[in-house]
Amino acid sequence: MSTPMTVSSTAPAEESPFRRLLMQFAENRLALVGLALLLLLAVPAILAPWIAPQNPYDIGSLDILDSQMPPGSMGEMTGITYWLGTDSQARDVLSAVLFGMRTSLLVAFVSVSASLLIGATVGLCAAYFGGWLDALLMRIVDIQLSFPAILVALIMLSILGQGLDKVIIALIVVQWAYFARTARGTALVERNREYILAARCLSLGWRRIIFRHLLPNCLPPLIVIATIDLAHAIALEATLSFLGVGVPVTQPSLGMLIANGFEFMLSGHYWISVFPGVALALAIIGINLVGDHLRDVLNPRNAQ
Amino acid sequence: MPVFIINRLLQAIGVILVMSVLVFVGLYLIGDPTSMLVSPEATEIERQALRKALGLDQSIWIQYLTFLGNAAHGDFGRSFLTGQPALQLIVERMPATVELVVVAMTFALVVGVPLGILAGLRPKAPSSKAIMTGSILGFSLPNFWIGLMLIMLFAVYLGVLPASARGETVNIGGVALSIFTLDGWQHLALPALTLGMAKAALIIRVTRAATREVLPMDYIKFARAKGLRPSRILKVHLLKNILIPIVTVAGLEFGQAIAFAVVTESVFSWPGMGKLLIDSIITLDRPVVVAYLIMMVFFLVILNLVIDILYIAIDPSAGEKVRD
Repeated sequence: MSTPMTVSSTAPAEESPFRRLLMQFAENRLALVGLALLLLLAVPAILAPWIAPQNPYDIGSLDILDSQMPPGSMGEMTGITYWLGTDSQARDVLSAVLFGMRTSLLVAFVSVSASLLIGATVGLCAAYFGGWLDALLMRIVDIQLSFPAILVALIMLSILGQGLDKVIIALIVVQWAYFARTARGTALVERNREYILAARCLSLGWRRIIFRHLLPNCLPPLIVIATIDLAHAIALEATLSFLGVGVPVTQPSLGMLIANGFEFMLSGHYWISVFPGVALALAIIGINLVGDHLRDVLNPRNAQ
Repeated sequence: MPVFIINRLLQAIGVILVMSVLVFVGLYLIGDPTSMLVSPEATEIERQALRKALGLDQSIWIQYLTFLGNAAHGDFGRSFLTGQPALQLIVERMPATVELVVVAMTFALVVGVPLGILAGLRPKAPSSKAIMTGSILGFSLPNFWIGLMLIMLFAVYLGVLPASARGETVNIGGVALSIFTLDGWQHLALPALTLGMAKAALIIRVTRAATREVLPMDYIKFARAKGLRPSRILKVHLLKNILIPIVTVAGLEFGQAIAFAVVTESVFSWPGMGKLLIDSIITLDRPVVVAYLIMMVFFLVILNLVIDILYIAIDPSAGEKVRD
């Protein structure tokens, strides 16, 4: 039996734990496919303002005669080849998807990071202090988790109104409880280990014990949850934006692009909705492939 | 046991009260519905009269207490848009939603349980891996996306099923139901499939996990040693024991499905409560939003309470855990 502490400090020099994890991760071909898929989607999305053929939200660059053109057609005035077609306002669908993916990833990343931070803090404090604080915090978590995520998000958004920041707040409110529960579960085991006792004997402050000693050792399961939760966040944000209560029109995410193209789908102009839809699905699948394998790699039972 | 029930009951009432304050105060701090109800040319006096008529001129606390008092006997105020009682609007739409969710959950159980058992019996087989991959897709892809794909396939390309609205209904005991007409089923098929697929994915996972847990048990080994037919072991020994988690999850998921119907209903223009909620949020029709949310909270809290109690009734070992 070795505590995670000793694993990280006494690992042989030629093979650091990080390197070992990396090697283990690379063994699974499906996870690598997922990672490649994610990079293929995320990098162009992050670079969208510089590499997209068109700025879809600059009205001046649009030629209204080019609206609803099928994939592969060429704009006469703009001189752009619309590889994925154009939407009803003559926007290049490829550019819109790149910008939309950027918004979706931004919302997901910020909301998951904040939820992780809040949830982990709450969970670790609950586990470390125990007693009435633990009971109270976990009761709140239980109650929150008994309500469907979509309903909580809808309540939040109908209270807060529309906007990118408001969607992020709503997603944080929905997600923090998962992290709190996971962090508490892990920390309950860790807090009775020798290194925590040692830290207590040194009469270190509780902040230092929780964040410098407890947190690093509770991180692996939290990282797994955070990865998979990225997919949930993207899906939930897309759903809210599809319903018309999410991101504003000026900064559409994939969900809103899909909603915009929905009415044209029945008339056979599938590309306006389908390409953002495909991008959304690929992102979610990629994250799940990576997250699923990460869970196996980071599971201490498998690490030998 | 009675202590546990009373405890949970008090907690349930507390949750409902807290949620009512949250929803009410939150919703009453945003927007001014009068700006949507009167014409832009209306004078300030006309606006004031409307505010007075809607009770918006009073302080938030008076409004809340009035609201709570009225809600206690089922009066959630009138819709700002149609003038009908909010509760009546919701109750009218309820059969459509319940019908959709019941059909979807039935589909999820009929498809999910056999596939889950299959995947649990032979975890290494390629078919099991395919089932599990499918189930990951089923619950990680957003519901509306699955709906769109089904519309693309069945309504646009194959043209065999309608993409929106509810079919012909039959009035049974004052409740309009569409499951008794062919047209009704045609309209119900796609939304129910959309909602059902996500739930089936979850049922598959629960069933598989339960099957894997039950299989190594002594009573299964003993039944095998006795030389019972595999089909009998499956039906009697396995199925009975995996039913507890399945029923629990299916019950909880029923509540989730009613909430998630919001999305499915919007995709398929299904005239249920969920579509009403989204429309009301967008038009700032507060009484309807508040009434829906309070009713949903009430429903979910009661559902969770009933499932908790049932769970203890079915599984005695769970009761001991609660007492600790």
